[in-house]
Amino acid sequence: MDANALIHVEHLKKYFDLHKRGTLMAVDDVSFDIRRGETFGLVGESGCGKTTCGRTVIGLYRKTDGKVVYDGRDIDSMTEEDRFHFKKKAQMIFQDPYASLNPRMTVEDIIAEGMDNFHMCQSTKERQERVYDLLHQVGLNKEHAARFPHEFSGGQRQRIGIARALAVEPEFIVCDEPISALDVSIQAQVVNLLVHLQREKGLTYLFIAHDLSMVKHISDRVGVMYMGHIVEQAPSNELYTNPLHPYTIALMSAIPVTDPDVERSKKVVPLEGEVSSPINCRPGCRFASRCKYATDRCRQETPVLKEIAEDHFVACFQKE
Amino acid sequence: MEKKMAFAAGSGTAAQVSDDCLTDDLFERVGISEQESEKISRESVSYWKDAMRRFRQNKVAMASLVILLVIILMCIFEPIFGPIKYDTQDYDVTNQGPTLQHIFGCDDLGRDIFARIWVGGRVSLAIGCIGALVSLVVGVIYGGISGFCGGIVDDIMMRILEIIVSIPYMVVVIIFSLFLGKGMGSLLIALCVTSWTGLARIVRGQIIELKQSEYVLAARVLGTPSFKIILKHLIPNTMSIIIINTTFAIPSFIFSEAFLSFLGMGIQPPLTSWGAMAALGQQQMTYYPHELIFPALAISVTMLAFNLLGDGLRDAFDPKLRK
Repeated sequence: MDANALIHVEHLKKYFDLHKRGTLMAVDDVSFDIRRGETFGLVGESGCGKTTCGRTVIGLYRKTDGKVVYDGRDIDSMTEEDRFHFKKKAQMIFQDPYASLNPRMTVEDIIAEGMDNFHMCQSTKERQERVYDLLHQVGLNKEHAARFPHEFSGGQRQRIGIARALAVEPEFIVCDEPISALDVSIQAQVVNLLVHLQREKGLTYLFIAHDLSMVKHISDRVGVMYMGHIVEQAPSNELYTNPLHPYTIALMSAIPVTDPDVERSKKVVPLEGEVSSPINCRPGCRFASRCKYATDRCRQETPVLKEIAEDHFVACFQKE
Repeated sequence: MEKKMAFAAGSGTAAQVSDDCLTDDLFERVGISEQESEKISRESVSYWKDAMRRFRQNKVAMASLVILLVIILMCIFEPIFGPIKYDTQDYDVTNQGPTLQHIFGCDDLGRDIFARIWVGGRVSLAIGCIGALVSLVVGVIYGGISGFCGGIVDDIMMRILEIIVSIPYMVVVIIFSLFLGKGMGSLLIALCVTSWTGLARIVRGQIIELKQSEYVLAARVLGTPSFKIILKHLIPNTMSIIIINTTFAIPSFIFSEAFLSFLGMGIQPPLTSWGAMAALGQQQMTYYPHELIFPALAISVTMLAFNLLGDGLRDAFDPKLRK
């Protein structure tokens, strides 16, 4: 465990019971550390368990097994008071700005919801001042406080979502694909706002996304997920220049390059086959069915993350 | 600045407007400030205000509302202030057609049909409104608990509901009228027992959907307790569906009452309802059609108005549903 870690996740498992159809292993034995003040990116294709992982870490889903340690304290063994404190310190920004704001509440009430729950304001005047201040921080103005979510654009809504998370003065924010529902020009605006807020307030982010270049831009370290496992984890520059896991190599080769000449001559490593079902997985590397290097060992034994270079972890038998 | 440019271009001939005409100082960056670009010029409207605005624009629904208000006011006040009492019998005018004194005519016992329509309307509307209200309260609470708790509680509650749905309501009505005697009370109880299930199912579905929505998840992350989530997030967002369904429930209650009274299982004389009047009129249909036509008209107009009102409310609350 990293001494500087704000969040320490160890062997986290989240299984969904599908009754007769078995068990869906959405997150299976995932471990990572997020250091104070850094951004940890989590990438992977749709349905690989990124969102479930984020929601389980923050406590929206009850985890099946494993440990989440926040600031040196295990969440399971926290007292009621500490847990209340954790709820205040750990916040979340959601994917869909159209679904994450209650259409019947004004922006002021949306932003102040958390402040009310934690009794952060003594008077309505103070509450209003705080809301104005938060709106200003995310680049909106106080006239917006009395309006309803449907009157805003996607980017503005997402910024209201950010203001709502900031309202309770968190230390750690799970950003669950905060930009994937926005168009490109607005994406930059929201990402820059997130980076700016991080610098100003020393926030720690778990940044979930499937846009690889955006994750590279914002993250200090990146974990690559495939079907509930983290297959590779490294500092973001290292991962993008020197990917080791066959899945990461294929992912990286798929990033478009802006230079047309380079793009034309670039070699894309195509992946064969489809993602297999995450229901009732047997031991073995989850990627084995699509990996051209797969051996019998890969199909029988589950590889674990091993440190290959400094701070660069890979779960692959070929790289040992 | 633009005007100046247009003037310069318009006044000169093509030759005169050369490059040196358009000096740099003619151009000015119009750019808008960051704050300006976030401005919303439309007046702030809440969801309810917006729905009411859409509703007022709907002429058919507004007309239905006016018709219903007239019917309701007549039902309340006509029996109090009207010149002829509904149960006064006048054997000189039995089966008389519409005249100036009895504008809807008289029935086979010489009672004024106009007066009887509004007394019957009281019963019909009361059953419609009370029935809808009971099914609203029971349905919302039952469906809400079932949807919010989920899991085994939901399973058990839904199986119980399915059993209730599977009993035909005619059987329930007959059983209740056997034990409690025929009349408004047993009719109302029987209708209430069987009618809340539809709304309960709708509310349950809606709550289950909303429970997983991102804003409810966000509220959980922000530490909002369950009762506050129900009060501030779930109920306001199911309200429109509840209102729409209640509006559609009222005419179906009125029709059920009319139907059961027509069969003789509902309201008993001397009290009357639209269904009971139609049943009496039906016996005289061949020779004195007005005795059937007016009660039937009252039923039809009221039901049509309620249905059109419901349509209007649905369009106002949920414009996505409109074709």
